[in-house]
Amino acid sequence: MAAESAQQFEALEAQAASLLDVFRAAGYERVAPSLIQPADIFLDQIGETLRGRTYVFTDLAGEELCLRPDLTVPVSRLYLERHPEADVEARYCYNGPAFRFQPRGPSPTHPREFRQAGIECFGVADRASADAETVRLATEAVREAGLKRLRLRFGDIALFYALLDALALPERWRVKLRHYFWRPPEFHALLSRLAKGERPHGNGAIAELAATLERGAPARAEDLVAEYLEANELPLSGNRTLGEITERLLDYAADLRADPLPKEVATVIDYYLAVAAPPREAVDRVALIAKGAGVDLTPALEGLTRRFDLFGEGGVDLGTARFETEFGRSLEYYSGLVFQIEAEGGDPTTPVAGGGRYDGLLRSLGAPADVPAVGSAIHTERLLGAIGEAS
Amino acid sequence: MTALSIGVPAKGRLKDAAASLFEKAGLALRKAGHERGYRGVIEGLDGVEVVFLSAAEIVHQLRAGRIHLGLTGEDLIRETLPDVEGCVEFLAPLGFGRADVVVAVPDCWIDVANMADLEDVAVQFARQHGRRLRVATKYLNLTRRFFARHGVAGYRIVESVGATEGTPAAGTAELIVDITTTGTTLKANHLKVLEDGLILQSQAHLVLARGAAWSGEATSLRDVILDRLRAVFS
Repeated sequence: MAAESAQQFEALEAQAASLLDVFRAAGYERVAPSLIQPADIFLDQIGETLRGRTYVFTDLAGEELCLRPDLTVPVSRLYLERHPEADVEARYCYNGPAFRFQPRGPSPTHPREFRQAGIECFGVADRASADAETVRLATEAVREAGLKRLRLRFGDIALFYALLDALALPERWRVKLRHYFWRPPEFHALLSRLAKGERPHGNGAIAELAATLERGAPARAEDLVAEYLEANELPLSGNRTLGEITERLLDYAADLRADPLPKEVATVIDYYLAVAAPPREAVDRVALIAKGAGVDLTPALEGLTRRFDLFGEGGVDLGTARFETEFGRSLEYYSGLVFQIEAEGGDPTTPVAGGGRYDGLLRSLGAPADVPAVGSAIHTERLLGAIGEAS
Repeated sequence: MTALSIGVPAKGRLKDAAASLFEKAGLALRKAGHERGYRGVIEGLDGVEVVFLSAAEIVHQLRAGRIHLGLTGEDLIRETLPDVEGCVEFLAPLGFGRADVVVAVPDCWIDVANMADLEDVAVQFARQHGRRLRVATKYLNLTRRFFARHGVAGYRIVESVGATEGTPAAGTAELIVDITTTGTTLKANHLKVLEDGLILQSQAHLVLARGAAWSGEATSLRDVILDRLRAVFS
């Protein structure tokens, strides 16, 4: 929703000024990255789901560009331009428009043009304290703007990874489960397939080849695959290598004779993903599930508890907050704590703000290694609407 | 007076087949004015205006309701319109312009048989090459919807409007989504269709625009055209 009257425009401007005041007072530098961004970086990072909702165009020089669909990636790029080694702490805040194509046409809840105000915090090694700072500032900013009754919802991707690491699983399954975590229906289908011990199906010749590779000398596996391709007139072409094809055939062979995933392990994962409770109660429940499964999640759970302690010390009210192990499963670049702020009684699918930790993103944008990064974005039109409704 | 307008392909693979089908149905298409004009009539059926357009333009005109009927490929309709059922109605399949829209990968990928394998490959590929699999296609929306339905997310589309089959060998894409009729071109380019990689079996359809101005006369003209076309197939 663009401001359609001077009154609305001024209300949004005034609100943005109040949000930015909170951020700047906390030492966040105001930045204003370009509206127009190179399309390539977005398309490689955000995936096709968001791409389908991004305005991509080719300019007269033939360059593929886009209108930024959010501000986290542009601000991350700006940080890397200033600090290519990504070796310093930096705190940025911003306010400005972002654009998303709405396949069914724009509407007040799904605008194609909206203004995001937010913060991003890079390079702070004490992750718990940076997480707490982010949640505290986002909460304080929306309160200062006038949203008095709000509810926080948390999730933690790292906790799920810690659980997978602790459970007895072949690594190739762990990799798969991690990957499918972002798409719940596929994740559950995979889990039940593994638990039933369903064999991968495939044509006989390939199954035979895979079994031969494994029985014979794995060191010779690549040679055998090369011979098979040659004998069947299947020239190797494109960017996938012989090694990659061979690796997957070996995984396939291992799956063919693997024992099913123990039922208890599948149950532990199911129980874990059903946890939804007030934050501290949720931590206790996960601890109980871990104990029952005989696995140690102490470091991850302590990390989470420390965050909740810090939230409390920072004045964040956790009274109405929820922690849900399933929450955050749709935003693939997050790597740790995720959260959103809802107006009390508001629709959880249209939160007024959201954010989380994304330590892997900067590396994929060109940083030499993973960089601690956490941020939050406020949907300013929604915030203004929620404040209006409440008053 | 024109009561009903119908969009007919002016070029491309559907043009000649469309003209001969209408001829057979006793609905011969005639260009109005000079030979290169883009307007015409149906011989012996007053009140109908024929508009010669590209197949893609027919879809846009149907969506806008500027033509009542249009003759175009189902692939184009499903690719272009976000709300197919709300916008148009498929009145009759026409038996030509058949093409399957499929997902095809290099045939040396002997470890890949179906869409689920593809997602596993995407994970491996990202780890090895630091980027997503690239899918060359002109069917952006069909590809996105189909891949999403199969839980495949680790890819990005590179738009390709010609010689799509050559992109994997050239190294500009890893796999393709394209139309195929006999499979010969795919084979010649060492590509194979995934077991569950059939996105759509397309053919030419007579399509109705729900948003057009449907007068009583337009409706009866529609019925005449439809009856005569159906008679060709019975």
